[in-house]
Amino acid sequence: MTAVPVAVKAEVATAPARRPRSGRIFVHVATILIVIAWLLPTLGMLVSSFRPADDVTRTAWWTALSPTARFTTDNYVHVFQQSDLFNAFLNSLFITIPSTIIPVTIAAFAAYAFAWMKFPGRDLLFVTIVGLLVVPLQATILPILNVFGALGVTGSGSIATALPFLGVWLAHTGYGLPFAIYLLRNYMGGLPREVFESASIDGAGPVTAFFRLAIPMSVPALAALVIFQFLFVWNDLFVALMYIGATNGTRLPLTLLLANLTNSHGGGWQYLMAAAFISMALPLVVFFAFQRYFVRGLTGGAVKG
Amino acid sequence: MDSRVITAILVVVGVPAILIGYILLTERVVALVPARRQAGVRPWLWLAPGLLMVFAFLVLPTLATFVASLYNKTGKIFFGINNYAYFFSSGDTLIALRNSLIWLVLLTAFVVIGGLLTAVLFDRVRYEVVAKALIFVPLAISFVGAGVIWNFMFDYEPPGTTQIGTLNGILQAFGQGPVAFLQHPLGNSIWLIIVAAWIWTGFAMVILSAALKGISPELLEAARVDGASETQLFRNITLPLLMPTIAVVATTMVITALKAFDVVYVMTNGNYDTDIMALQMYHQLFDFGQPGRASAVAIILVVLIIPMMVINIRRFRIQEAIR
Repeated sequence: MTAVPVAVKAEVATAPARRPRSGRIFVHVATILIVIAWLLPTLGMLVSSFRPADDVTRTAWWTALSPTARFTTDNYVHVFQQSDLFNAFLNSLFITIPSTIIPVTIAAFAAYAFAWMKFPGRDLLFVTIVGLLVVPLQATILPILNVFGALGVTGSGSIATALPFLGVWLAHTGYGLPFAIYLLRNYMGGLPREVFESASIDGAGPVTAFFRLAIPMSVPALAALVIFQFLFVWNDLFVALMYIGATNGTRLPLTLLLANLTNSHGGGWQYLMAAAFISMALPLVVFFAFQRYFVRGLTGGAVKG
Repeated sequence: MDSRVITAILVVVGVPAILIGYILLTERVVALVPARRQAGVRPWLWLAPGLLMVFAFLVLPTLATFVASLYNKTGKIFFGINNYAYFFSSGDTLIALRNSLIWLVLLTAFVVIGGLLTAVLFDRVRYEVVAKALIFVPLAISFVGAGVIWNFMFDYEPPGTTQIGTLNGILQAFGQGPVAFLQHPLGNSIWLIIVAAWIWTGFAMVILSAALKGISPELLEAARVDGASETQLFRNITLPLLMPTIAVVATTMVITALKAFDVVYVMTNGNYDTDIMALQMYHQLFDFGQPGRASAVAIILVVLIIPMMVINIRRFRIQEAIR
């Protein structure tokens, strides 16, 4: 996922019936057709994941929409028993949680300094951060792999044995920071100046102002960032592929396991579909529960969601 | 208990504790500095962890990759521009470059047009929120998952057998022969781009939709009163007013297209001439053992992205001036 500075005025007009809601049938038909077309691929996956193996290979999935169709949860049982799916689910959690907490915390410090402290070179430094938003990760992996290898952070090194995901945590922190700093600084910079000035007059130091004012007032932006970073890391393939590796047996996150299953064709569509759906379950729950925050995070805070 | 659970708890509780402890400690450090210099020292202590990580994981490695691109595969013999010469003369790398440029043009076009169409269309129905959420869903799932879903859409079985893939199943229902979607060069890249567009259209849609709602209703009403048709309204008022937002979406998609990796990795792994830059770099590094050539591919990718960086920075400056 790429997130870049977005300048959009997102004032949702409050006036009801601000323009005539066109009742033309064409608009409804087109809308519904587009939505169905968009859902069709996912629906095919979902239906196939609940069909018996025989049916999946012999008949097209929509035949299962007939009342006589058979459904089963065997595919899910199978993938949990036959592959390392549950382990991969835990690995994904262990990778994602620290990879979310660390960059957001560090970014909050930096964003506060950028927003409310004066120092020479501040604007230039922040513009550099904006520039770094677009650096392709591909350009960074080889030197990092060399250093990680030499320090034993990856492979069978001593650090890798004790803290298997340290490399991914650090990498996600470094990669996620420019966007996190950008989003939080823009939000914190928009907080009312008077609040910080009066706190300063009352004798509150920067640490107090940060924890008592800046952080509580920035909760919407922090929530957006946490949700965005969580889903970004959970869904990440590239960073895991680089710093964990596709063949690293018990350390694979869900995305890598699923990619491996795909390449080996996973023993059949029905199993692959079940595994794919399991990998999507958490993101889907998070998305539907925190939709507005996710949209806001993904669009760099520009769209209120 | 699983040792990883203990580690994770330690990290989740310990790391923030260390970081917060660090910030509390900064005031002690600042107190040691003469009063008139305190305000100059403090910001750097707050910035230090962030700048350090960004420098260590983005700035320094990119520079090191540039240096590595000038050396041979052992990294010991200076190679000058040889790796770049290889890139621009070898068939495989040129196909990757060509495909990445096709991705850049088509993905951007598909997503902007799709986003615009859905934003404008959904604006006219009462169930807009639901429709938008459903178009947006693919962004929440992983690109690997999307690849699996679409592999099934494109599934190809030999002619004469039942087509279980969605698209070939539809073709079969109409008596048409099965199509090996992912195996015919050029066409297959376009199918992969359609998968990426399926994912990203929701992004363009929410941004354009927000901008659309920012357009003053009075303005549109005035034009309607003056007798403008809905088509004229769109072409002469809505579209020009959306242009800056369309530019934002377009630059984002250009960057996304150049960095694309997951969808192709899962669906074809670059076979049948579907290779793209990011995947070519991966193959050079891990399959061919050519770190020098891989670095050259990465640096060319950076060079292609630099114009977008300039555009973003310029836009940010204008935004800041307005603030």
